[in-house]
This record gives sequence, C-alpha cells and structure tokens, in this order.
Amino acid sequence: MGEVPWLVLTVEKIKTYYGNSYILQELSFAVEKGKCVALLGRNGAGKTTTIHSIMGLVPPREGRILYEGQPITGLPPYRIAKRGIGLVPQGRRIFPSLTVRENLLMPARPPRNPEQRKAWTLEEIYNLFPALKERENNMGNELSGGQQQMLAIGRALMTNPDFLLMDEPSEGLAPVIIEQVEEIIKTLKQTGLSILLVEQNFYLACNVADEVLVMNKGQIVWQGSPEELLKNEDVQRDYLGV
Amino acid sequence: MSIFLVQILTGLAYGMLLFMIAAGLSIIFGLLNVINLAHGALFLIGGYVTLSLVNNYLNFWLSLLVAIVVMALLSVIIERFLLDKMYGQEFEQVLLTFGLMFFLADVAKWIWGTSPQSIPVPDYLASSFSVGVVSFPVYRVFVVLVGCLVAVVMWYLETKTRIGAVIRAGVDDREMLGALGINFKVAFTGVFAFGAALAGLAGGLGGPILGLYTGMEGDILILSLVVVVIGGLGTWKGSFVGAILVGMADTFGQMWFPSFSMAIIFIIMGLVLLIKPSGLFGKGVGA
Ligand SMILES: Nc1ncnc2c1ncn2[C@@H]1O[C@H](COP(=O)(O)OP(=O)(O)OP(=O)(O)O)[C@@H](O)[C@H]1O
Ligand SMILES: [Mg+2]
Repeated sequence: MGEVPWLVLTVEKIKTYYGNSYILQELSFAVEKGKCVALLGRNGAGKTTTIHSIMGLVPPREGRILYEGQPITGLPPYRIAKRGIGLVPQGRRIFPSLTVRENLLMPARPPRNPEQRKAWTLEEIYNLFPALKERENNMGNELSGGQQQMLAIGRALMTNPDFLLMDEPSEGLAPVIIEQVEEIIKTLKQTGLSILLVEQNFYLACNVADEVLVMNKGQIVWQGSPEELLKNEDVQRDYLGV
Repeated sequence: MSIFLVQILTGLAYGMLLFMIAAGLSIIFGLLNVINLAHGALFLIGGYVTLSLVNNYLNFWLSLLVAIVVMALLSVIIERFLLDKMYGQEFEQVLLTFGLMFFLADVAKWIWGTSPQSIPVPDYLASSFSVGVVSFPVYRVFVVLVGCLVAVVMWYLETKTRIGAVIRAGVDDREMLGALGINFKVAFTGVFAFGAALAGLAGGLGGPILGLYTGMEGDILILSLVVVVIGGLGTWKGSFVGAILVGMADTFGQMWFPSFSMAIIFIIMGLVLLIKPSGLFGKGVGA
C-alpha cells in the first residue's frame, strides 16, 4: 500500500503476542485525519493490546503500522510518541509521586507543526479542566477518579499530539463525569485532533465517533457508522453484549 | 564529656560518607531496579584516583573533582555497554555487578598495590579548632558540611527540577514515561553516573579518614547496604537518616564495646526491620 495522504494511521495485518498467546490476529484498520474512530469490543477482545501495539509498548511481531505514511513498527515508545502520538492509557496511570502541575509540565513538548496547530499550555489545560487548577499542588494519587481522568487527558495534550489514543476514558466514572468526558472529546475533535477511542461505553462511543470498529478475538469483525451500529442489534448482541 | 562531643563529630562524619555512598546505591535501585554491588569498588577507585592526583601535586579540590568525573565516565561505560543489555533480568544484573566488584578491585590492586594508604589533605583542613577545652578536627567538620550540601543538592534536584520529576515518574511507571515521549534510558544512565560520582566523591573525601586498603570495597558495600536497608530502598532521605544512625552506632560501639561494634549495627538493622520491614522511609514492597 502506498502513501495515502488523508490517513493518519494505517494498521496492516499486525500479529501481536504475549509470550505464546496470539492476541492480535492479522489486525488491519485505518484512521482518517481529523476523525474520531471508536474501537469497541468485549473484555479481553484485544483493544488495549491494539493501543499498546501502536504505541510500541507491545510491538507486533509481524505486520506494519504506518503513522502519517511512515512506518513506526519496531520503534521505541518514546520515538513513536515524539512523532506526535499521545496516549491516555487505560486506568489513567497518573504518576503518584508528582503533583498535578508536575504531571502536566514534566512531559510537556512543543507541537511539531506550530504553524498548523496552536500549542497547548498549562493555562489552557487549566481552562479546560478548572478542577485541576484548584488541585495543582496535590499529588497525582490524591485526586478523584474523574479528576485523574482529566489529568490523564491533560497530560497527553501537553505533549501537543496530532493523534490521540484514548483507552476507556469513561471506565469507572459516574454518569455526570462521563458526560463531561464526552464534551471534552467533542471539543478536542474541533481542534482538528485525530482520535482513536477505545470504549466499553457503547453510547458514549456512538455519540462522539465518526466511525466505529468492532473487535473480537484480535480481529475487526464489524465496521460502520455509529448510526448503522445503533440499528444493528445482531452486532450489539454478539460482540458488545448491549 | 569532651570526648563524647568529639565522638559525635566522628560519627557524623562517618555517617556522611556512608550517606554519599548509600544514597547513590539507593536511587540507582529506585529507578533502575539494580542493586549495584560494584558500588563499594567505585568508592575505592574514587579514593585511589584522588590519592594519585594529590600525590602528583594536584590540588586536593581539583583531584576530588577529577575523581568524580572519572567515576561518572567509568559508570556511563558500565551502564551503556554492560547493564543496558540486561534490563529486566535482575538476577543477571546482580551477578554482573558482583563480578564487576571483583574485577574493579583487582584492577585497583594492580594499579595501586595492596598496602594501606591514606590521602593527605591541605594543611588548613588538617588542623583542629578548639571550643573551650574540646578540640575538633576541621576535616571532619568539612566532611559533615559536604554531606549536608549533597543532601540539599539532592533535595533540590529531586523536588524542584524537571529532571527530578522525570526520575520520580520513572520510578512510578517507566512504561508510561516512554509513552509520553521521554527516553528513560537517558535518565537511567544519568542516575547511574550520578550515583557513581557520589561514590567517587565519598572515596576521595573518605580516604583521609578511613584510609584506602585492599578489601575495603566489600566493607563499604556491606555497610552501605545496611544503611539502605535501614533507610528504605529507593529513597536518599532514608539513606541520610540510616547513615547517621550507622555512623553513630559504629563510632560509639567501637568506643564502648570494641569487639561488638559490627554486631550493634546489625542489631539496629534487625530492630528497624521488625518495626518497619520496608525501612524507615521505604514505601513498602511493590509500591
Ligand atoms: N500482559 C499480558 N500478558 C498476557 N496476556 C495478556 C496481557 N495483557 C493482556 N493479555 C490478554 O490478552 C487479551 C487481550 O487483552 P486486552 O487487554 O487487549 O483486552 P481489552 O480488549 O483491552 O479488554 P478490556 O476491555 O478488559 O480492557 C486478553 O485475553 C488478556 O487476557
Ligand atoms: Mg483494555
């Protein structure tokens, strides 16, 4: 496959293993620039493994991953991140030994294309998440679950990514907070950020995504628009348990 | 009473030397998950390098500085070319550093011989000053001040700088640090070199008090491991307190129970472990 300028990410037949367990089984999909693609699937379907394969944390043994047309397979995670990919990991993984402010400033990096994109600054993150400003001197582990999620998103934004990987940002949060997460994702989309959103929350995903991928046992088993998925009860029942 | 005050100073100075060694050992473990058993040998070589330079008419301060730089460079080579191949294989790394200890100690024997030596210090540091009837050696006061200065510098680096934040984050979750675009291997090398530089500094500063002798690398390693266990793995603050405890216990032990002083140190370690198994400042297993 040659370069396709409107794709930010192309995953081509990747095979990822944990030891001998074969998890991602020739997985392929693509994400268009500026779009939000949701990746859905049951527990253990391989969603986090997909995110970790892209990020280089669990490199695929076979297949290719292209970011903005360039292969990134096999690069160490820090190089992949520096290409402009941000990670909001499952379970948030806030650094407990750092204050809120340090969690945001420590990984801060200017954007790679400053003429195209406005840089995120500490002030703007605090404007987006006022609760973080109030708690800026608290340690990372002294926050509520919702605040930690905001911090995880803010921390990824401080690296000024062009492409954001979000792994279950609504996990374990109260419904009001989930609504906030939804609003934030919509706001981020408006800034032109491309997003790959992993979710178990079917409705959140359908509300924000432009396209939905359904995953089962390490493969994409269904692909379509949120409207199509909302109508397709077979897929909902068989793969999502809705 | 006066002997008591002098002994406190002796214990403090000894404690500060142990602190500089143990702090390096402890922060290296905290970030890299490696117990560097060659750390005592780095101390010894730091001392010998200082000695050689001083004997060749280099100023004491410059000699110390060169020893620090040499130890930092040597440790960068060790970390980049040996340890780096084995991250994640803790047992192999321990064996490697164990072997390195013997190797470095043999190299030291080969270059500097086996007879005990001492580092001469400038006259103004070799004198004593009196408070009332008590006379205190200036050099020990100087060592205590350097130890405190090192503690302040470490506190500043850890809490006030971005490098400190990167290192704390790396101790928390190294994988996440990489995913945020930070090459933690650079931090690994930096922390390892910083620890080795401290060991070299301690060797140069300790030479005039403790002397330099064959086999010293093992004695120093064991004492600094005790300090790290008492203070808690991965925390230099724990090393600071632990080192003062051990320095005092050793000094007063030798005065009051000369044949029993090492046992006293291990009894203290045992008591601390009974009360707080992770050490005085330790975060507990798996934290
Ligand atoms: N570190 C690991 N070692 C071995 N197997 C693993 C590891 N991590 C995940 N797995 C296995 O890989 C499979 C896919 O896991 P993955 O975490 O990608 O699922 P997921 O879709 O993200 O699930 P969830 O919705 O629960 O987060 C599961 O069967 C899981 O048990
Ligand atoms: Mg997951």
